[in-house]
Amino acid sequence: MRYIRPLSIEDAAGLLAGSTGTAAILAGGSDLLVRMKGGFIEPDLIVDIKAIEGLNEIRETSEGFGIGAAVPCAVLGESKALKKAWPGVVEAANLIGSKQVQGRCTIVGNLCNASPAADSVPALVAAGAKAVVVGPGGRRTIAVEAVPTGPGKTSLAKGEIIEAILLDRRPPRAGDAYLRFIPRTEMDIAVVSAGVNLTLDEQGRVKSARLALGAVAATVILVEEAAEVLVGSKLDEATLERLAKVCSGACRPIDDKRGTIEFRRKVAGVLAKRAAIAAYKRAGGK
Amino acid sequence: MNFDPRYSGRSFTSVGTRPIRPDGVDKVTGRARYGADFNMAGQLVGRVLRSPHAHAKIRKIDTSKAEKLAGVKAVITAADLPDLTDGDAAMYDILDNCMAREKAFYDGHAVAAVAAVDARTARQALKLIEVDYEVLPHVVDVDEAMKHTAPLLNDAIFTEGLDEKPVKPSNVTKRTQFGHGDIQEGFGQADFVVERSFKTEQTHQGYIEPHACVANVSSDGTADLWVCTQGHFVYRQHCAQLLGMEASKLRVTSSEIGGGFGGKTHVWAEPVALALSRKAGRPVKLVMTRDEVFRASGPTSATSIDVRIGARKDGTITAAEATLRYSCGPYAGMWAEIGAMTAFACYKLDNVKTVGYEVLVNRPKTAAYRAPSAPMAAFAVESAVDELAKEIGMDPVDFRIRNAAQEGTRSSYGPVYGPIGIGPTLEAAKNHPHMKAPLGKNQGRGMACGFWFNFGGQTCTDLNIGMDGSVSLAVGTVDVGGSRASLSLVAAEELGIDYGQVKAVVADTSSLGYNDMTDGSRGTFSSSMATISAARNAIKVLRERAAQTWDIPVDDVIWEKGHAIAKGEKYGNLAALSLKEIAAASGKTGGPIAGHSELVADGAGVSFATHICDIEVDPETGSTRVLRYTVVQDAGKAVHPTYVEGQYQGGAAQGIGWALNEEYIYGKDGRLQNPGFLDYRIPVCSDLPMIDTQILEIPNPNHPYGVRGVGETSIVPPLAAIANAVSNAVGVRMTHIPMSPPRILAAIEAEREG
Repeated sequence: MRYIRPLSIEDAAGLLAGSTGTAAILAGGSDLLVRMKGGFIEPDLIVDIKAIEGLNEIRETSEGFGIGAAVPCAVLGESKALKKAWPGVVEAANLIGSKQVQGRCTIVGNLCNASPAADSVPALVAAGAKAVVVGPGGRRTIAVEAVPTGPGKTSLAKGEIIEAILLDRRPPRAGDAYLRFIPRTEMDIAVVSAGVNLTLDEQGRVKSARLALGAVAATVILVEEAAEVLVGSKLDEATLERLAKVCSGACRPIDDKRGTIEFRRKVAGVLAKRAAIAAYKRAGGK
Repeated sequence: MNFDPRYSGRSFTSVGTRPIRPDGVDKVTGRARYGADFNMAGQLVGRVLRSPHAHAKIRKIDTSKAEKLAGVKAVITAADLPDLTDGDAAMYDILDNCMAREKAFYDGHAVAAVAAVDARTARQALKLIEVDYEVLPHVVDVDEAMKHTAPLLNDAIFTEGLDEKPVKPSNVTKRTQFGHGDIQEGFGQADFVVERSFKTEQTHQGYIEPHACVANVSSDGTADLWVCTQGHFVYRQHCAQLLGMEASKLRVTSSEIGGGFGGKTHVWAEPVALALSRKAGRPVKLVMTRDEVFRASGPTSATSIDVRIGARKDGTITAAEATLRYSCGPYAGMWAEIGAMTAFACYKLDNVKTVGYEVLVNRPKTAAYRAPSAPMAAFAVESAVDELAKEIGMDPVDFRIRNAAQEGTRSSYGPVYGPIGIGPTLEAAKNHPHMKAPLGKNQGRGMACGFWFNFGGQTCTDLNIGMDGSVSLAVGTVDVGGSRASLSLVAAEELGIDYGQVKAVVADTSSLGYNDMTDGSRGTFSSSMATISAARNAIKVLRERAAQTWDIPVDDVIWEKGHAIAKGEKYGNLAALSLKEIAAASGKTGGPIAGHSELVADGAGVSFATHICDIEVDPETGSTRVLRYTVVQDAGKAVHPTYVEGQYQGGAAQGIGWALNEEYIYGKDGRLQNPGFLDYRIPVCSDLPMIDTQILEIPNPNHPYGVRGVGETSIVPPLAAIANAVSNAVGVRMTHIPMSPPRILAAIEAEREG
């Protein structure tokens, strides 16, 4: 096994592109090291990206935020500006694993691990976040929801690596929220989850909405119909009931050790309602 | 010398106080040595190859490639552990469970093992072992396994205990029955009858420390084993028998223990480590991974239980009946039998009948888990009792008080009770402020009772007095819950000295006579009895030395508050001699001073508890939160009240996990789906409220201080107490444990849809 700690993103991409056998990217290692210890993978090459300049930073620009691929999730919670602009994204990132894990794990790792139950991904999808991909063909920016294609699978080509996640600057009257269902209070993995991102007009009506569900299909899903239900409303009871129905209907869940199909469908609707209410309040809705 | 174990009603100076435990500092600073913390020069790493199949015939195992790998020092299969059990069926089962012989009986069953210079080489070697399996149909569900059409695990097993000798083999190894009276007549007198069926899923003890040992077999045939265990003397016997050694040539030292709860009363990896060391000629360390702990050690039984109870309008139970089916894994057990004995033990019943069926399934061999078999039986019975109280229109506590067993009651499993605590714990619960606290929306309160026998057994203790007057106490029961502190208190009490002057250790198997395991809540009960006896023997020597010093008859010397005192006016001028003074002179008065004790601790007093809990249920998701929890339990006499409370809280916490989320989940292929703490959900700290405790002390007449075991009863009521609370919160009777959110939500939805 080779372990390399490159100093530039281009070198990292080059190493991955030129690798033979199994290559893995190491940021926080909270997925990779566990999988290695469990004997599920034995990489021939490990590329540690933590020494690459800029990857450990959260940059705030006039367009919004850029979160480097090696920024631990706990650091997101310490950024006042990010927390104020995107509280839903930050609360999702700060639900992953335990306090100790949050000190290591990253949202890019969470995204590229491509678990449908990844906590930060529904919040990022709802937020309309974008991923900056660097590869042999140069740099490109894609929607976050275009990254995972199935459990453990991504659309990234050989040699491609995500450099950062971009989040837009917030307009006035905007709010987001993330909720997950776990049987315990912490240290667990989502059985169902929902991320909601809303902007309101001056009258407090929903102007735009994005809603994503986790752990109810092979990937995190963006429920476009949910946005249609929400837009124009003030989240009255009837709207919320329709939202729950639409979200339950959008699920394509499986029965597994963590939950049943019926349970996931039902709870997806419940969490969608509750997350929508939380986002609405954060946006200043009454 | 004759030892009188009867309760004396004495007052106490040390017993009942709460000093710091002697093992505490090392544990919180990380210095304590657990199973995996022993190391030897030249030690090899042992690893076990496990069956991926739930049920498979082993046609052939080819280890030649693994043996040729550089760094591999030994590879073993069942052939290296020949059958020396000489017709002892229980030992044969232990042997077969340690290393599969003809068949692999469950996902995780050991089939081969290697010892290599490092972990990486050992892992590579496992991959080079070729096992030719013939996969067989399997069965993991207890009810399915009882059907005539179920795959048979062992065609040599015919159900024992039936009226007619069966002609066909079965997965049911045994039927047992307990009770008295005439239940038909009893049900005839009933105005109300509740009849329900219940299921509980299989759980693991969930100890944080995995099984770990270092085995060192020397070329002269002697051996050492350092191991995390609840009973090193029993491990020695079992390992010696399985490996064909003389017990005295195998020295077993128990490490500190990171939880056992019954799961470390059985050998799994130890005979394998010894066999590897014997073959390799080097020490071997074998530490199970968490995955292996779940797949191949523990667990408790999965159960299916039918209960029927009838009562008159006035609240008197007229008849009670239960049929209990418990999974045993692939080998015969007595788990349903224990369930059948404990099921109705809390009640005074004229007509009672329980029937137990032991059922073989393709799951790991069932192991003891804290009051084994009792929590499931209590869940079924106490759920039905609650429902019956509701039908009659009585308060559930009053209904239980009316039917509670008392001194003189003939128990449902046979013996007549002495003084017992079920009535007092119920009265205390009835008067507890928790019972009157208001409940909010979606909240429910539940209560339930529990019983456990408690064990005594063979015990041996040495008490040695140093020349400086300090006392070392060597005990043979492994300290799993603070017993070194408790036994030091007992020695200090008996000798009349300070707790700080006593240091207790757990001696190895070559340093002390045989001791039964720390199980059945016997540790403090039986070792305190032996400690009292040893201390009294030492006091006799101390008195003799004082008498010798004073040159007076020993009968004129009494022992009081740590001093020898010459009694009577004629010795008025003699100053009392302290233990320290007598010890300092011991070299000149006859040599070292010690007290020994070997006894069978009989008369372990039975134990009862009543639990109360409040639960909030989210009706939209089935999510639960334990809001408040109270344990009331009889301790006989709480030697160290803090550790008694710790036992009460620990049992409740484990019971809460079992009731709400813990379960073995098998796939259709018979493989365990959740062998890890992520998906096998024990409670985390934030899942639990502070668990409130109330200690009652109804002295055990068969112990000098009145002590009863306290370790296990606390896990018996929680399943039922929580089921009653959830049922009250959602208005639907919950009959399947664990009450995970999907199960609760499904029950609510089913009720809503009628």
